Amino acid sequence: MATIESKIPEGQLAEKWTNYKAHQKLVNPANKRRLDVIIVGTGLAGASAAASLGEMGFQVLNFCIQDSPRRAHSIAAQGGINAAKNYQNDGDSVYRLFYDTIKGGDYRSRESNVYRLAEVSNAIIDQCVAQGVPFARDYGGTLDNRSFGGAQVSRTFYAKGQTGQQLLLGAYSALSRQVQKGTVKLFTRYEMMDVVMIDGRARGIIARNLITGELERFSAHAVVIGTGGYGNAYFLSTNAMSCNCSALIQCYKKGAYFANPAFVQIHPTCIPVHGDKQSKLTLMSESLRNDGRIWVPKKLEDAKAIQAGTKRPTEIPDEDRDFYLERRYPAFGNLVPRDVASRAAKERCDAGYGVNPTGLAVFLDFKYAFDRLGKDVVAARYGNLFDMYKEITDEDPYTTPMMIFPAIHYTMGGIWVDYELMTSVKGLFAIGEANYSDHGANRLGASALMQGLADGYFVLPYTIQNYLSDQISVPRFANDSKEFLAAEKAVSDKINKLMSIKGKRSVDSIHKELGHILWDCVGMGRTKEGLEKAIKELAAIRKEFWSNVRVPGQVKDMNTELEKALRVADFIDMGELIAYDALNREESCGGHFREEHQTPEGEAKRDDENFFYVSCWNYKGEGVKPELLKEELKYEFTKVQTRNYKA
Amino acid sequence: MWLSNSSIGRKVVMSVTGLALVLFLTFHMSMNLVALFSADAYDMICEFLGANWYALVATVGLAALTVIHIVYAIWLTLLNRKARGTERYAVQGKAEEVSWASQNMLVLGSIVVLGIALHLFNFWYNMQYAEIAELTNVTVAGTAVGPTEGAKLIELTFASPVYTVLYLVWLTALWFHLTHGFWSALHTLGWNNKLWLKRWQVVGNAYTTLVILGFAVVVIVFFLKSL
Amino acid sequence: MDKNISFTLKIWRQKSPKAKGAFAIYEMKDIPGDTSFLEMLDILNEDLVNKGEEPVVFDHDCREGICGMCSLYINGHPHGPEGAVTTCQLFMRKFKDGETITVEPWRSAGFPVIKDLIVDRTSYDKIIQAGGYVSVNTGAPEDANTCRISKEVADEAMDSASCIGCGACVAACKNGSAMLFVSAKVSQLAVLPQGKVEAARRAKAMLSKMDELGFGNCTNTRACEAECPKSISIINIARLNREYIKAKLKD
Repeated sequence: MATIESKIPEGQLAEKWTNYKAHQKLVNPANKRRLDVIIVGTGLAGASAAASLGEMGFQVLNFCIQDSPRRAHSIAAQGGINAAKNYQNDGDSVYRLFYDTIKGGDYRSRESNVYRLAEVSNAIIDQCVAQGVPFARDYGGTLDNRSFGGAQVSRTFYAKGQTGQQLLLGAYSALSRQVQKGTVKLFTRYEMMDVVMIDGRARGIIARNLITGELERFSAHAVVIGTGGYGNAYFLSTNAMSCNCSALIQCYKKGAYFANPAFVQIHPTCIPVHGDKQSKLTLMSESLRNDGRIWVPKKLEDAKAIQAGTKRPTEIPDEDRDFYLERRYPAFGNLVPRDVASRAAKERCDAGYGVNPTGLAVFLDFKYAFDRLGKDVVAARYGNLFDMYKEITDEDPYTTPMMIFPAIHYTMGGIWVDYELMTSVKGLFAIGEANYSDHGANRLGASALMQGLADGYFVLPYTIQNYLSDQISVPRFANDSKEFLAAEKAVSDKINKLMSIKGKRSVDSIHKELGHILWDCVGMGRTKEGLEKAIKELAAIRKEFWSNVRVPGQVKDMNTELEKALRVADFIDMGELIAYDALNREESCGGHFREEHQTPEGEAKRDDENFFYVSCWNYKGEGVKPELLKEELKYEFTKVQTRNYKA
Repeated sequence: MWLSNSSIGRKVVMSVTGLALVLFLTFHMSMNLVALFSADAYDMICEFLGANWYALVATVGLAALTVIHIVYAIWLTLLNRKARGTERYAVQGKAEEVSWASQNMLVLGSIVVLGIALHLFNFWYNMQYAEIAELTNVTVAGTAVGPTEGAKLIELTFASPVYTVLYLVWLTALWFHLTHGFWSALHTLGWNNKLWLKRWQVVGNAYTTLVILGFAVVVIVFFLKSL
Repeated sequence: MDKNISFTLKIWRQKSPKAKGAFAIYEMKDIPGDTSFLEMLDILNEDLVNKGEEPVVFDHDCREGICGMCSLYINGHPHGPEGAVTTCQLFMRKFKDGETITVEPWRSAGFPVIKDLIVDRTSYDKIIQAGGYVSVNTGAPEDANTCRISKEVADEAMDSASCIGCGACVAACKNGSAMLFVSAKVSQLAVLPQGKVEAARRAKAMLSKMDELGFGNCTNTRACEAECPKSISIINIARLNREYIKAKLKD
């Protein structure tokens, strides 16, 4: 059995990263010019890594599937980015940010990585401000903060409701600067199809030019994957339409372990599903929970009346409203972490208290904020979100409470990486949401942006040198070696096979079916029976897909159906992986809730005795159950406790 | 040279020449108003602005401004048509905020140019040119007029309803042209901000209306007098 | 609840950049009003695929109005007749039963058509690459609060920075000018102290790249501002003009 080597540096928690940097190997400037790095993805992690490596002098090849790096889905993050600046003097510190993150992650993340994340968080803010990111400011000219779920301090920096956009544009501008300088070569409308291995190391990729449909071969000394998460396996999620897990699955199939796939985050504040033609779900920023109060009716008959449309929410008096988060979690109230808030909403809706015609929605009410702060103040904070809600639902949040429901949002699981962000494949790195490293079983709000930029600006540019330093004598690779040609042929065969099926089902119809299975059985509440059923159904879906999918159009042309088909093929594999992991993890923790494992009050029951590890799945072939490897978690500095947001 | 090889530079040329022409119009209009009160005073001005060296220099300068403005307008329009691409939209909507004049500056400008041609034929040819050519008299509508007898020339020209209407059409086109041109010129020069955007538009409209009214009053009054 | 509507779709189809395009007509029946415009096109495409035809390709990604990928010219307006929204945030309830809806790609020399409704907007990236950044390397900048910026200035920069780079301004402009896009970035960085240092160089570099790429000359028609899904103001254009003229006069 393969062993897991996480390469955590020795020493005190607070000294590990400093020690690492002091002793790691570096590459001198003349050699950097001779080393190529492929970075797939241009989101916060990919763009910032490409920019930073380019600045250092490496030759970077940067790929994205959209028409511009600026479209990456990091752009849609609304709320903010955490940092331990303690500008508000409310007792924040690197340690507290570390502690909140590891606790929020339900003690399933790696201590050393999380501490490093908290440590570099401050530099991210400095970096972004220097780039001209227009963070919100106070009248005194200093940076403003807001509070977010899972924390008792105000440490979230924001730029209106468009923080992700502004941070991404900052990274994009840094990237653009390097493109101008010639250190980064940009490939837009390219999709990675496979990673190419030479002598056990990742040495390049096969990518499909999405305009011409041609396959192209690219070689490099190292390959970095920053392609985001796999939430779109569920069909409906808050992810963008082109978000996919194909790059992750290709890496997994080449020997990179897939870690904790079952840890999927379900975001509590999304606009509820409205019909079967819906293509995606829209997130309403978590920051709304700062001033909005979440409730459902106390009386079942009121809930039924609202569902039937015979009663309006505004007609229900305060004493008949059940502010269930405030009731269950008095200390954190509406600001409990996302997994807790989502499950609480599901619990109420399952009990019949849902408030839209499908019974799958709860209220998020700003009436109280209007009374307390005045409409103008609330509008200044959330006006753009209210407008967006109104545009989508045709209902005015200024006069009637918003309706929200949980939806798939983020995936904590991802490609396993060691302390250096290298996967179990030599020379293959994973950054941002694509790796599993920092969020454990649940991610706190405003931490994804932090992790993406930490990986890209401040971690990978150092750690990758430790790998590249012994590659300086390796000359550039020709991209027509037998390994490259074989990899290209394999991709080409797979595409031709897909095109030749000429079945009866559209790609979307199969993807929707896949999504339903995953949402029902591998969603917010999971059971052994459900997961076993899901695994069987997924096998059937795979068969259906590979025998009955219909992909019109040509291979050597822009062909969006073919793009989708290739992604859905991988979503099916992904779904299976999530189900295997969820079935194996006989405990409830973070985003993973096994209904068999809960307290009498319905809270998640963790099992640190048996599951205090990262599950790493090792690919064993098509349709074969993968091998489970375990990275035992060692907490040297943190006391593992039951998460408590009640008091 | 940035004034010819950058888009902002080219626009600066349009703005500066345009604003200079607006100044000229203001001056011309003030001069015309004199004709309403005293034919003698008006003729004195005409004499002053006859074929003297300073008037000729000014005329050449004015002509240059006009030609540059027109040449740049045509050039810009051609460049912009090219930038638009070869295919055109099948359906073209219109946003409320977009003024009609702003979309049709070349058409309006062309009408203005035709008006200028007519005007040169009616007046400049019979006055400054006549002086340069050392003619003592020209014949307008069967009447002999001296090159400095501006007031008489006005009287004779606007006795014709055709000319009156043509001049009014010209002035209307000019009004539309300037309602956009005025604030747009300032905007192009960068003299604008959130506060002044509306203000310049109001100032531009008011100013343009005054100038055009000043011209129109003379035309109309002389036409009415001729009845 | 929203009513269902039926309507006629007139959509531009073009096989490749060089091929001649033409409109195709599709009848859509009983589309719920709460369907987004892009979801409506998904329904059409599902139909086409089931009939074995090639679906209509169009750019889209986040479907929440922020990525700037969607780019349809609907009934004579970029992102449709509704103000201040992107195509993905346009809902069918805004259309009438029995209407004919014409869908075209962005049309401008700077944005050549790739296929059907997809155009090439890489020229926008090139403009940013020419200078749309603050020249600062990763690592070791000073503490973020060392540089105080008044709330007004920060808010102003944020308004300019909210541009999503969709290209609606060019699509709307009868001159095919990209001034609103360029000016938004120049403004954002020119008002902030971090960006002021190289403001002149930036304005010159970005503008000359815009000119070089074949975009037109701005004539202040304000069509860009009116059609911008993020309501970016043309005041940014005045600022760009000012920065540029100042820089040129100094040279």
